[in-house]
Amino acid sequence: MGVLALLILFPLIIALIMLAIKSDKIRTPIVVGAAIVIGALSIFFAVTNLGSEMKVMWLSAGAAEIVGNAMIVIEAALALLIVYQGLKYKKYLACILALVQTPLLIWFELTKGHDIKTETFLYSDNFSIIMIVIIGVIGSAICVYATGYMKDFTKHHPDAGDRRPFFYFLMFLFLSAMFGIVISNNLVWMYFFWEITTLCSFFLIGYSKGLKEAINNSFRALIMNLLGGLFFVVGIVVLGYFAETVELSSLLTMATEGKATGQMMPFIPVVVGCLAFAGLTKAAQMPFSSWLLGAMVAPTPTSALLHSSTMVKAGVFLIVKLSPALGVNTMFDIGPGFMVILVGGVTFLFASMAALSQSNAKRVLAYSTVANLGLIVACAGVGTAPAVWAAILLIIFHAVTKSLLFLCVGTAEHNIRSRDIEDMDGLFGRMPRLAAFMIVGISGMFLAPFGMLISKWAALQAVADSNDAWLVLFIVFGSSVTLFYWMKWLGKMVAVVANRENIQQNVHNAEWSITGGLTGLVIAFTITFPFFSHTTIVPYLTGAFKGISEANAEALRTDNLIIMIVMVVLVLCLILLLYGRTNKRVVPLYMSGVNKGDDLTYEGAMQKDVPIALRNWYLADMFPEKLMNKIGNIVTCVVLTLTLTYLLGIVLYMLDYLKSMGGVL
Amino acid sequence: MINFFGTEISFMQILTGVLYLVFAPVIGCLIAGIDRKITARMQGRFGPPILQPYYDMRKLFAKEAITVRGSQELFVVCCLIFMIITGLFFFAGGNLLMVIFTLTMASVFLIVAGFSSNSPFSQIGAERELLLMMTYEPMVLLMAVGLYLVNGSFDVSEIVMSDPISIIYLAGMFIGYMYVLTMKFRKSPFDLSMSHHAHQELVKGLTTEFSGGTMAVLEIVHWYENVLLLGFVFLFFSNGTVLMVAIGVVACLAMYFLEIIIDNGYARMKWQFAFKSGWIMTIIFGGVNLIVLYYLKLFGLIGA
Amino acid sequence: MAYITKSPWLIHYDGSSCNGCDIEVLACLTPMYDVERFGVINTGNPKHADIFLVTGSVNEQNIPVVQQIYEQMPSPKVVVAVGICACSGGVFKDCYNIIGGVDKVIPVDVYVPGCAARPEAIIDGVVKGLGALEKKQKNLDTVLTLEKVAREEAEEYD
Repeated sequence: MGVLALLILFPLIIALIMLAIKSDKIRTPIVVGAAIVIGALSIFFAVTNLGSEMKVMWLSAGAAEIVGNAMIVIEAALALLIVYQGLKYKKYLACILALVQTPLLIWFELTKGHDIKTETFLYSDNFSIIMIVIIGVIGSAICVYATGYMKDFTKHHPDAGDRRPFFYFLMFLFLSAMFGIVISNNLVWMYFFWEITTLCSFFLIGYSKGLKEAINNSFRALIMNLLGGLFFVVGIVVLGYFAETVELSSLLTMATEGKATGQMMPFIPVVVGCLAFAGLTKAAQMPFSSWLLGAMVAPTPTSALLHSSTMVKAGVFLIVKLSPALGVNTMFDIGPGFMVILVGGVTFLFASMAALSQSNAKRVLAYSTVANLGLIVACAGVGTAPAVWAAILLIIFHAVTKSLLFLCVGTAEHNIRSRDIEDMDGLFGRMPRLAAFMIVGISGMFLAPFGMLISKWAALQAVADSNDAWLVLFIVFGSSVTLFYWMKWLGKMVAVVANRENIQQNVHNAEWSITGGLTGLVIAFTITFPFFSHTTIVPYLTGAFKGISEANAEALRTDNLIIMIVMVVLVLCLILLLYGRTNKRVVPLYMSGVNKGDDLTYEGAMQKDVPIALRNWYLADMFPEKLMNKIGNIVTCVVLTLTLTYLLGIVLYMLDYLKSMGGVL
Repeated sequence: MINFFGTEISFMQILTGVLYLVFAPVIGCLIAGIDRKITARMQGRFGPPILQPYYDMRKLFAKEAITVRGSQELFVVCCLIFMIITGLFFFAGGNLLMVIFTLTMASVFLIVAGFSSNSPFSQIGAERELLLMMTYEPMVLLMAVGLYLVNGSFDVSEIVMSDPISIIYLAGMFIGYMYVLTMKFRKSPFDLSMSHHAHQELVKGLTTEFSGGTMAVLEIVHWYENVLLLGFVFLFFSNGTVLMVAIGVVACLAMYFLEIIIDNGYARMKWQFAFKSGWIMTIIFGGVNLIVLYYLKLFGLIGA
Repeated sequence: MAYITKSPWLIHYDGSSCNGCDIEVLACLTPMYDVERFGVINTGNPKHADIFLVTGSVNEQNIPVVQQIYEQMPSPKVVVAVGICACSGGVFKDCYNIIGGVDKVIPVDVYVPGCAARPEAIIDGVVKGLGALEKKQKNLDTVLTLEKVAREEAEEYD
């Protein structure tokens, strides 16, 4: 289990080395080497540790004490750093949030927390192994991609300054912290890593210091995530005071037992609600989705990292982890389950609708991330094993596909100097390989028989089975909107425009190898996922949800999955065998006027040559972005307020009860 | 019985699948021919022979092979393949959601074929087809969920044989599905993307750049598709008894007749109307029905 | 019998006609004459059409239009010139901008005279065109080869 510690420490060491290296020539091999090592380590760990049992890493009390103390010191330093940054840029809300939560946690650690004995600090189960592989493989792949991309970025944005050592430091630190989140059982430790990811994303988003937009957006991300962090701390404190533990596993055991016997201890919904709230902020759910959209100002590898394998995935990881404790029991239950389901469902629907009117590729991707995370969150909120099965599949497929798409858009942007979908007109002629990768990525996001659609199918089935059948309405409308905005992008990609110059030879090799590899991964994983489902996800579910048989854990039957895989193979074969092979006579387009022969101009009235330009539909008057965000934000705010008020009521009631019992607090 | 990865498939299921494969184009072709005849009679004309669609198809295959893009034909062939697969799943009693997703895939290939030519008329047609897809997709998915809640299974074989007569519980869904069916059949007032009628403002919309054999394949796709869509109607009625099966078949025919009347009675609507009304109908009839089902299930009146 | 004779789809192009013949062409589609009896559909798209129905004479401006519509139709195809203007230029023959009948630009298979041509005459012309269509369908390979040669020659000429 030493590998577990190595997973955290190795990226950390690389991060520190990165700070010291100024030359690109030395840096690139180190980054590539480190990425390979991290990827190999995570896969090695996965292969050796898969199993239904939760594996625990033993830590001596003394060592834990030292690490714990170090963490407190670092946390205090980080809080001071936030305060400094907040004062410097006159963002006082960030200072206040930092000054509330860190002292609260330190006070808790020094008083009550000191007496609490923790048995398990670090652990791994199949779910965290899945996350480790996602972070290890995709996260480090993005670092490799960055070696090519950042060269161009520094060239194109001289005003941003060359802060690449700091950039790579943050990237690797991010990976290290992410590993920490997914393997910490001690919530205080998890909170520590949680805060580090918050800070890393803050600095990464604000990478271009010259841009006012970058600074503002980075502070928005910081403030929203600090708010989540505050709730995280409150959750820890409540758990510590009432249950004398800070372990995630004990919380889940208490919650599932309470659910099974029907006698839930009243503080558990409070803790679960607080942690879920923290998860919602990190997963950029409405009303907090704006920080993720603002994060686009950062260089593309950052967006890819934030959207696919890290940061937002930390949020959904926590919520999916809490899933056995969620779910809605009665019609009038407005507890955490209600909050998570509704916030997720509403976010899925309205973020999808907001994506409709976007022509900026990165914004489409960002809204689609928010929407898909919404679906994951909603599935986790349903709290049944098949729904969580769907959620985990969504996490995996989304990570692979979205990172691919982000990196492709980044490469396209550097070569056609635009990230607008309309400018990608005829990309198939100009950059055929990149366009092919993007077609796979886009199809992977919404089309049967690829992974995301299978996951959506699973979600639909799982939701129809649960007590929350009304959630179906969100899913059916959301997914048909999703269909629309992906499809019109796909249309731009497949359109063959005559006479386009091929410009793809300028792309760096690092970019080709990573985008190509990810494309392969999308296809390979779609074909092999039933195997992974049987060996990893199902054992996790049978462990996390007591009394679930292996047959009932999957939302979809094996025969249907096999059919889907056969279909993937069929599509690939058809396209590879038949693409572009025709013995038909190729003729010019019909244009209602005389086609001048280039398929791009026709002779109009008065014998004038008229160029044609084809543009997509954006339905901006039916789905205005601002309105969609506003509705989503208002609805989710109402839901959050309702649940948080309810939880506050529970806390007040408990305090009152304790007082009447003469207890001390 | 054949065991396919843990699921028993009876020979009856395979038989119905094969029957679909062979006879769906025949039935679809006859339906299309009768459609044209009835339409002509409604307009006071004599109309073409019943086999006219067959003649058209044969003629198109015999024409010179031309195309605007090398890839176009592939996409249309893919569309046909997936349409056939969809129907096979359906008539062999497969999972209804899978049927719907594969059907979507067939439509996606068609749209991609339209986009790939980069022709103005094709693209407008493709975008409109896409808009219609966004309009009818929620209702079709809701219908599947409704059938599931009533019959306790997504498998078509189970839905057809299970006791409850779905239409009693799914009257709202049925009306909603009827509404979007006009879009799926590409009938007026919602024949926005391409029309079977002679004149339209988009030349021939999505199909503008298809000619000869490609166009003929597309005709066959429509035949398969129409039979499949009527199969959905059948699901609302059948409970395995001979009487209800007969009623179901009659209902399918009546439904198609109704569509012909609507087709002849309305001019084409704007896309805004098609989209808004489609979603409103879905929310009112589909959504309300779903919530009713939710409460019925809560009180144990339906489902296992 | 070739199926093409049972399903002749046509495209109608108005050169520089006075609209008299156009009205008569449309009249063929009405319940009174109902050409759909013979499987005729007015497609409005050259790529779907088998019969090119031209009304009105050809002028300087629409030469390329007529040529391109003809080129975009897949073989076998026939051209029916409807009305005296399409046949020879009619009363406009001596106008400064008129070239003459359609046959100055593309090969015409059937001439339907009249000013305006009566619907019965137009239907008769289309039915005569079916005979030509059937012949071309039977010898499609030859037709295609000839067309190919013609295209190549035209390219060399350019």
